[in-house]
Amino acid sequence: MMTKRDYAAVGFLTITTVFLVFSMLLIHPFGNPSESAMDQYIIDNTVEETGANNGVTSVVFDYRGFDTLGEATVLFTAVAGVIMIFRRLKQ
Amino acid sequence: MNGLSKIVRTIANITFPFVMIFGLYVIAHGHLTPGGGFQGGAVVASGLALILVAYGSKWVSTKIKEHDLSLLESLGGLGFISVAFLGIIFGGVFFSNFLVGTDFLFGGIPIGGAADFNSGGTLPLMNFAVGLKVIAGLFAIVFVMALAISKKEESA
Repeated sequence: MMTKRDYAAVGFLTITTVFLVFSMLLIHPFGNPSESAMDQYIIDNTVEETGANNGVTSVVFDYRGFDTLGEATVLFTAVAGVIMIFRRLKQ
Repeated sequence: MNGLSKIVRTIANITFPFVMIFGLYVIAHGHLTPGGGFQGGAVVASGLALILVAYGSKWVSTKIKEHDLSLLESLGGLGFISVAFLGIIFGGVFFSNFLVGTDFLFGGIPIGGAADFNSGGTLPLMNFAVGLKVIAGLFAIVFVMALAISKKEESA
C-alpha cells in the first residue's frame, strides 16, 4: 500500500535520476573542460593585472570579489546565529 | 567542561605552535601558494580548538571572552569591506586592485613566475582580513558551544 508520501518520493527520485543520467551523458570527457574566452583571459593576464602567482586567489579576491563578500557574509551570519542560540541556552 | 589529562595537555602544548605557524603561513602566502584566508583561518581555529579541548572551557574563558572574539570577527569583516571600498576611491570600481604596480605595500609584479612575497596588491590585505574573520568566527562557534555545555553540567 503506497501512501501519498511514497508516490512523492518515487516521483522525486525518478526526476532526479533522469536529470543525473542526462547530465552524465552530456558531461565533458575528463581533462577536457569546455573552453571559454574568460578562462584564457584569466590564465593570460592574472600575473600582470593582479601581481599574484596564485591564480585561484586572484579570481576569488579580485575578479570575483563579490563572491567572497557573500561567503564572508554567510560565515558572519552563521556565527551570529550560533552565538545568539547558545547565549540564550547559557542563561 | 574540564580539561583532559596531563598527557593530552603536553602533546597539545607541543603541537600547538606548529599548527599556528602552518595556519599563519597559509594565510600570509595566500597569493603565492594554494590556500588563503579561509583555509588558513580554519587551520588556526582548529589549533585553538585543540587548546580548548585539552584545557577546558573554564581555563580558556579566563584568557579570552567571547565578546572579544565577536569584536575580532567584526574587525576582519570591516577590514575586508573597507579594502573593497578603498578600491572605489583609488581605482574607480568596487574591489579594484589599486595597489598593484605601485611602489607601496605589496605592489610588486612577479616576472617569469618567480614567487615574491611583496606582490599581489590588495590580495594579501584581503587574505589577512578574511583570515582574522575566519579564525575568530570558527573559534567563537566552538567556544560558545563548550561554554554552554559547561553551564549545563554545572546546573545538572
